[in-house]
Amino acid sequence: MLNIKELLDKVKASPYREIVVRAPHTGVVSFAAVKPGEKVHGPRGEFLEKPGTLLAHLTREKNEKPIPAPEKGVIEAVHTQHEGQFVEAGEPLVTIKHYLTRKEVIELILQEALYLFRAPERAKYYFVPEVDQKLKVSGKRSVKVQDGMEFLIVSRMKRETPLAYSGPEGIIYSVYFGRGDNVDEGEPLIGVCPEDQLTVIQDVVARIQSEWEEEA
Amino acid sequence: MDRERRIQGLRDRLTYIRDIFANREDESIRLLAAKFGELLERHRLMPGGVKREELSRIEDLFDFSERKLDTTLTPMDRVRIVRHPQRICLKDILENVYDNYTEIGGRGEYNIDPSMLIARAVFSRRVGDKVTNQMVMVIGQEKGHGEAFRNGGSVKPWGNAKALHYMKVAETENIPVHTFVFTPGAYPVEDWPGAAQQIARNLYELAGLRVPVVAVFSEGGSGGAEAIGLADRRIMLSHGYYSVISPEGAAAIEAGLRSGDRTTPELIEKCARQLHITAEDNLENGYVDRVLREPPLGARPSHYEFFRELRRELIQTTNEVVSSVKSMKLYRAMAVRTTKTDDAESIYMRWTLSQSALDRMVEQRQRKFRAMSRHARLDGTGVITRAVAATKGTIWATHSFLRYDLLGRQKKRLNAVFEDLGAEAHLVRHKVLMPLKKTLDKVLPGNGNTPPKVGEAVVDRLTRLSCPEDGACLVGSEWAWTSPRSQEDRTISCPNVRTHHCPDLWVPDLFGDFAGVCPSCGHHFPMEYRWYLQNVFDYSESKEFNRQLESINPLGYEKFDTKLDKAKERTGLKSACITFETSIEEVDAVVAVFCAPFRGGSVGAAEGEKFIRAAERATRKRQPFIAYVHGTAGIRIQEGVNGVIQMPRCTIAVRRYIDAGGLYLVLYDTNSYAGPVASFLGCSPYQFAVQSSNIGFAGPGVISETTGIAVPPNYHKAYHALSRGHIHGIWDRREVKKNLHQSLLTMGGRNLYYR
Repeated sequence: MLNIKELLDKVKASPYREIVVRAPHTGVVSFAAVKPGEKVHGPRGEFLEKPGTLLAHLTREKNEKPIPAPEKGVIEAVHTQHEGQFVEAGEPLVTIKHYLTRKEVIELILQEALYLFRAPERAKYYFVPEVDQKLKVSGKRSVKVQDGMEFLIVSRMKRETPLAYSGPEGIIYSVYFGRGDNVDEGEPLIGVCPEDQLTVIQDVVARIQSEWEEEA
Repeated sequence: MDRERRIQGLRDRLTYIRDIFANREDESIRLLAAKFGELLERHRLMPGGVKREELSRIEDLFDFSERKLDTTLTPMDRVRIVRHPQRICLKDILENVYDNYTEIGGRGEYNIDPSMLIARAVFSRRVGDKVTNQMVMVIGQEKGHGEAFRNGGSVKPWGNAKALHYMKVAETENIPVHTFVFTPGAYPVEDWPGAAQQIARNLYELAGLRVPVVAVFSEGGSGGAEAIGLADRRIMLSHGYYSVISPEGAAAIEAGLRSGDRTTPELIEKCARQLHITAEDNLENGYVDRVLREPPLGARPSHYEFFRELRRELIQTTNEVVSSVKSMKLYRAMAVRTTKTDDAESIYMRWTLSQSALDRMVEQRQRKFRAMSRHARLDGTGVITRAVAATKGTIWATHSFLRYDLLGRQKKRLNAVFEDLGAEAHLVRHKVLMPLKKTLDKVLPGNGNTPPKVGEAVVDRLTRLSCPEDGACLVGSEWAWTSPRSQEDRTISCPNVRTHHCPDLWVPDLFGDFAGVCPSCGHHFPMEYRWYLQNVFDYSESKEFNRQLESINPLGYEKFDTKLDKAKERTGLKSACITFETSIEEVDAVVAVFCAPFRGGSVGAAEGEKFIRAAERATRKRQPFIAYVHGTAGIRIQEGVNGVIQMPRCTIAVRRYIDAGGLYLVLYDTNSYAGPVASFLGCSPYQFAVQSSNIGFAGPGVISETTGIAVPPNYHKAYHALSRGHIHGIWDRREVKKNLHQSLLTMGGRNLYYR
């Protein structure tokens, strides 16, 4: 059994992830005007079409290439000793402290705590009518699944086949697909939570929802 | 109660005046406000205490002030008038001008596009002692003051498709079309059938629509207006505007704004003035035929006198169109021309026309547009050269007629007969000789049964996928012209590196040998237009014509002269369009090139004229006509309506060329947007794009600016245009010449000399 409390404590102890921006290839580095402690942002725009804050330029064969910040965060360190130097691929250039957002923390904990049932092929997925009915009427947490239970319909090119659940017994905690969406192979379909842990998880999520400050 | 209503009316008029003048400080407005305030005060203190005479007096004062203010209107004030919710709309016109009408193609929200309103309307008239009903098809944008579903009169592509559908219906029923232009511009969605594509289709059909078309302009914003505005007669309301772009849009371009920022009202005001958008300007430039006077400060739904005037004008104008081509008009034609009074109603003309009259009318319409915008360009060709060109043109036309029509047709007919006879003979011979051969084979065994020996080399050649030694594969640098960029010693990254992991490219390789195509993912880097001129069209061997036609600044737009001079100096061209005659693998063709480096390849009066002349030359010489669009940003806004009128003009030229039996091919490269794509380029039945090019109606910036919707970064990519049916193929740059030749041999046109 997973110790959620411990996990949460671990996240709380270091509520951020360190992202090391490395040189993607060889070249001469020239840093942009970023200093430790400055805030940077990741790609933005509705389609993430606007690149993140410029961190540095890497020039190879007179081809100057920008290195933008991959995610939102605060600059932890800039390895200015490389300024104007030739670096090899993989050389760390900038370290960014990315504070975990509320959503990321929840996701992190759920990924650890839940059993994820993944899509066996690219198709549209539907719950079988009884399950669907139950989900609609009494909410997500009302359906219990056990190994071998047929609970999904795989729909692809007018072919509809039932899909049986395989994995530990538990309650459907989260559904990762929408009606009529095509789900790629290997993507999680549902997250299943052992019945005895349900309250613990719900409790933790509620606490994160209310207490965690960092937002997306 | 009557008094209350009159006071309310005055209140409306006051707010209207204030809205129009955008709270500008003016003596008359202040006086009106003060007087009205006094009146209200008195009315509040003792209801009913306001005397009738007093009301009449203040109403007279309003009339007087409105007349006075009317003389001080600036172009931007007129824009505000047109956009005001109290402005008359198409529904008002249908109610008050026509005697009866039936909306068709949907009503209100239950409509494929509520911003385009279609109605069958009737004029009932008493002529002598007979009552006659004359049907017309009314097509126009409905702004529907504040009704969100009308989208402010911005028509979506399917709305324009609906308009086109009912134009065709009118053509079938042989009734005139009255179009009413009430639009700030078309809605820039690219979904099927595509904003640009649909406007292009509308223009193409209107160019040859065989019914009288009368257009009334109130608010005419570029593409949206053109979609229904190509008409035999164009009437403009005196307080309307007709422009290539909204003053706000022009100001945003002028100021070079990034999205989200706002321009100053002063700049907008200035742009409105510089664009020459008012009715008088358009009349002066010859883009509308007549201006209909509106009441002071613009027509509102209560101005019944104005509706009567509009009705008279519509009847008279339609009469004029009809009488100008009717075979039997006698005294009536003269009467129609001379009457300027209410008499128009008393002259009866049958509005259905005979086939020959319709032919004459279409011809007249096309000629009318051909003659427009002569003043907006500079023709530096000398008198002698012009005379020589004209003579040559006539000689070509005669030569083509003699060679391809008179003799060529007979030869073609003869060839067809021989072909048929040959096929018959083959069958007969087969039928007769086969049994004979079979018997012989039986009698003489082993005769002709051994299969022919095929060498290893032949098998290899036939079964291998590609044969580099035969030139099927591209190897090495064989280009007649390489980009000067290939001299640089550096590398460049492909923009698709994230998705396709392309390695960096060495510039001399990329621009020298690979013709700017990424060998890993096939991304096409933008290439200079000279590359195509030399490597595809053999420009050095070709004969350029109309070189002397020059872009000018017809509206005296501020600082535009210097910008034009700079572009001319930098590119060495006189306009964005190059027209020449060349031969592609032995097939002679006329080519028009729009080059992006000259003011973004924008189209103005000079470019339009060159394009039209090229199409005419191709017609006369029976040659295919190729438009290569290296890039176009749209219509040149600094030329105002002089630019936007090139949309119908060039479309008519193209239509005439295609109707005459020519082959019109369009090839897009880099970025092609707006007006040209929505007219003479978009109407081609054969449109192709070079890979990695962008095609669309409005650029991403304009879309987010006007609609507030952000579009995906790949929204305008050529493959999207292909999938929604705008273009008909995507070509690799290195194969353009081969594909062009293939198209010339296999596509369209019955009057090509080499067929």
